[in-house]
Amino acid sequence: MRIELIKRADASPLFSIASPFIALLLTMIAGVIMFLLLGKDPATGLYTYFVQPLLDTWSLEQILVKATPLALIGIGLAVCFRSGNWNIGAEGQYLIGGAFGAALPVFLPGVDTWVLLPAMVLMGMLGGALYGAIPALLKTRFGANEILTSLMLVYVAQQLVDWLVRVPWRDPKGMGFPGTPSFPSGAQMPKLWQYADAHYGLVLAVVLAIIVWFVLSRTMKGFEIAVLGSSARAGRFAGFSARRMTIFAFCVSGALAGLAGIAEVSGTVGKLDDKLSLGYGFSAIIVAFLGRLNPLGCLAAAFVLALTYIGGENAQIAMGISDRATRVFQGLLLFFVLASDTLIQYQVRIVSTAARSA
Amino acid sequence: MDVWVSIILSVCAASTPLLLAATGELVVERSGVLNLGVEGMMIMGAVCAFAGAQLTGDPFVGALFGIVAGAAFSLLFAFLTLILVANQVATGLALTILGLGLSGMIGEGFVGQPGIKMERIDIPFLSDLPIIGQLVFGQDPIFYASIALVIAVWFFLFRSRKGLQLRAVGDSHSSAHALGIGVLKTRALAIVFGGACAGLAGAHLSLVYVPQWVEGMTAGRGWIALALVVFASWRPGRLIIGAYLFGAVNIAQFHMQAQGFGIPAQFLTSLPYITTIVVLVLIARNRRLTMINTPAALGQPFVPDR
Repeated sequence: MRIELIKRADASPLFSIASPFIALLLTMIAGVIMFLLLGKDPATGLYTYFVQPLLDTWSLEQILVKATPLALIGIGLAVCFRSGNWNIGAEGQYLIGGAFGAALPVFLPGVDTWVLLPAMVLMGMLGGALYGAIPALLKTRFGANEILTSLMLVYVAQQLVDWLVRVPWRDPKGMGFPGTPSFPSGAQMPKLWQYADAHYGLVLAVVLAIIVWFVLSRTMKGFEIAVLGSSARAGRFAGFSARRMTIFAFCVSGALAGLAGIAEVSGTVGKLDDKLSLGYGFSAIIVAFLGRLNPLGCLAAAFVLALTYIGGENAQIAMGISDRATRVFQGLLLFFVLASDTLIQYQVRIVSTAARSA
Repeated sequence: MDVWVSIILSVCAASTPLLLAATGELVVERSGVLNLGVEGMMIMGAVCAFAGAQLTGDPFVGALFGIVAGAAFSLLFAFLTLILVANQVATGLALTILGLGLSGMIGEGFVGQPGIKMERIDIPFLSDLPIIGQLVFGQDPIFYASIALVIAVWFFLFRSRKGLQLRAVGDSHSSAHALGIGVLKTRALAIVFGGACAGLAGAHLSLVYVPQWVEGMTAGRGWIALALVVFASWRPGRLIIGAYLFGAVNIAQFHMQAQGFGIPAQFLTSLPYITTIVVLVLIARNRRLTMINTPAALGQPFVPDR
């Protein structure tokens, strides 16, 4: 028995839409196997992971909180991956964005006006874009591999933020805990409603998803991204510059990751501390692929990934399943997304070897 | 003098996992496949080696567990990229994300448990010789395996027919296919070999270097191994230089942290990563060197026509 691929003349419109759902289904089947191996009831497991968080308001709100950074980063990565550039250091750009934005309330203590928050958001985006520009420039100027340099910069950013919150920016009244002083109210992202955890970062994510979707599908810039992404050679003939695109793509994805960072700092935590790096930058890679590199798809995918986070927390409390199972689910999901995407370009046929030789 | 011997020994220990993982990845890339999942295969090797040693009480069985785990895990990558022609970069990332999660789950019960260390070899008389006794005759078995592996890989790639075929597959899969070389089979074997090497590299971490199970203990070493392959411009001999350079940087930053010097510990911890970036830039600037040796079909999928 062997698997044969036959290239389709055109991408299959059916599977273009269906492949993320096939991947989700396969992930759940793999989940059943995993729960059985762990000696847990698979039905309860799947229910706890994928259904229960949707049933109570507290969990629903936590999903909104987690989906915010995932969507923002995922949308940026979608632009970058579409253009054929591999930014896998979004986690670092997210951290630097958070630190850049946090610099304003740290260096301007006592200042508390409404201008503070917009300025912080812009600083966060600037920080993320500048940090994202480093691997882009190293690639265009020297030809250094952007996958490796952008990833290495994640480790550097983690150490840098760790140092900031422990040494120069540490709250002297913080009982020795790492972290800046809590931000004044003018530096806090407003909550979506009173006593909410979810904040206006989510609104930014929705608006940006629509804007980026429009740019990608309806403008010349979007066309340029698509052409350079599918063939750098074709792009050159069309007069597009692959180098400038690399810098553009890294700056856009860096800025969005930085925005996610400052939104998390100003909206969810209210200060910069040592727990900002939660791996959203890596989970957002899955968001980008599950959303099929479409900004609106990424928005939806961010909620799916956020669901697995909250479902994982619930399963840990209710069923005693390790919270690492969440990362296993996420990894499996990316595998199945990539496998299902094959169906878009190829017809898959399973041929028995016996029949072939006969 | 003894101080220097112990420093060199610790550099060897820090470099061995890098060298092993990079050697495996070099063969994979020479066959035209870019597997970014080294970090994931390595951590799977680390946790399974630790588990194997705990279950059987024998670190050598543990190392075998690590090798098998790395190789088995790489099969996932091989299936997706070779059979389903999935994007290699994304699949490699998936392997790393899955490996980090899965190893955390497998290793949960082992956190904090005292490890079973693979002891250094002790040859009577020879290991007692001044200076070279310890360095040449008194190291751990995996260290010797890593050096032997580099030599074997060099011999295989540049002095054997099969190695020539593997390089042909990596430079032009269509030509190799036309010559009757099994492109997918060659690549699959290369990927599994790379997985086994990464698994052994992980085993070295959890059985020799640390030796304990700590979640995420690879700490980017799989990624540094990937950078080393570029640094070595796909030549096995140069991997030794690269791996030992990085091992030395790592040990140097440990000693500097111990000494203080008033440099923030966070800066010293990030030194190996900054070094990696600097080295990648310096190597990439020399276009001629990289152009000659880069496998021409690196990262390109191959679908056999029928």
